[in-house]
Amino acid sequence: MRTAVSELDLRSTASLDDALRILRDERRTPLAGATDLYVGLNFGTLPQRAFLDIWAVDELRGVAERGDALVLGALATYTSLIRSPLVQRRLPMLVEAARQVGGVQIQNRGTIGGNIANGSPAGDSLPVFAAADAVIVLRSADSERRIPITEYYTGYRATVMRPDELIVAIEVPPVEGRQWFRKVGTRAAQAISKIVVAGVRSAKPSVAYGSVAPTVVRVPRTEEALAAGAGIDAAVSVLETEIKPIDDIRSTAEYRLRVATNLLRRFWAETA
Amino acid sequence: MRYDRVKFTLNGAVRDVAAPPAARLIDVLREECGLTGTKEGCGEGECGACTVLVDGEPVCSCIVPVAQVAGAEVTTIEGLNGEHPLQKLFMDEVGAQCGICTPGMIMAALSLGPAPSLDDVRTALAGNLCRCTGYSAIYRAVMKWRGMPIPETAGAT
Repeated sequence: MRTAVSELDLRSTASLDDALRILRDERRTPLAGATDLYVGLNFGTLPQRAFLDIWAVDELRGVAERGDALVLGALATYTSLIRSPLVQRRLPMLVEAARQVGGVQIQNRGTIGGNIANGSPAGDSLPVFAAADAVIVLRSADSERRIPITEYYTGYRATVMRPDELIVAIEVPPVEGRQWFRKVGTRAAQAISKIVVAGVRSAKPSVAYGSVAPTVVRVPRTEEALAAGAGIDAAVSVLETEIKPIDDIRSTAEYRLRVATNLLRRFWAETA
Repeated sequence: MRYDRVKFTLNGAVRDVAAPPAARLIDVLREECGLTGTKEGCGEGECGACTVLVDGEPVCSCIVPVAQVAGAEVTTIEGLNGEHPLQKLFMDEVGAQCGICTPGMIMAALSLGPAPSLDDVRTALAGNLCRCTGYSAIYRAVMKWRGMPIPETAGAT
């Protein structure tokens, strides 16, 4: 049954300083585009009752270059990433991922900060950020820290973020090499991934998978095999021992492992 | 129960409604404003039946808290007054059978640019599910609205 909205305590702010003060003083779940949280609300599976609406905090919306990093505001929507010439030039695999999230309506509302905070192992942007060695910027009322995305998740939907912190930005260092992204779901649009993968082809290739573990994962042993020139067959053999997908509502372990290896082959062939 | 005043522009006129801030936009539109043209399908942002425009961009009104449209311009199917050429084309091309997906299809299609390819139309409507009319008639209506030739492949549903 749907959660009664009258029981929900939704407080809105348009100021980042305000938001951080409120999170210091009150236990509230940040809410932005609501594309995940309101699904839980509609199905009565939402455990939280108090929310902080940060959708209007425009200072978290920008996309910019700072030093040599590409800095994406946490409230950047998928649509804004698709339209951004800077993201198109520096991180085309993120544009590709953003195009495959939901439909246009979801792309207009879903934010990358939300994708990271929601922490689904099937989150479409997460392999991109993992493959690009992105850093999540967490801010609280009195501190700021930078956590590599590969150290951000500690388990299924569990993260190092404290309740008084907010994801304010994602910093992406320069990505050297050809970028590649592929998502496999039940249909092209509006599907949650059975397998999602992002890769960067360079002298030190990086490959990250979603939907094969409780969190997004890099596959360092497979990357090493590729970097050492071991050949794609050898790299695939390594990958088969490195990831342990599971059976769940969306797919089976067997299917996922097979598709994960096929996608590694395709990544390697298409970026040659 | 806490009600807030939320002020926004609805189909060109200023509305000031009393609603819990976490109320879903679709419920406020249908129950407070009496505009039942916006339909609820899945309630999880998957089917697009509840699509409305907020500041010109299509969104699923079943997953938008009403507090977030304060100060915004909201356009629903009623805002087209039954006179929009796209509405007429949906009728002429039989782009509506049961009609539940139709308001959302039309609102989503409105965001298309002037000379869309069939692929652009498919992408714009990728978030809208139809389970009975068939997509070919819908795509035909949208392509005709934009004065675009209809490729053979539009027949594939």
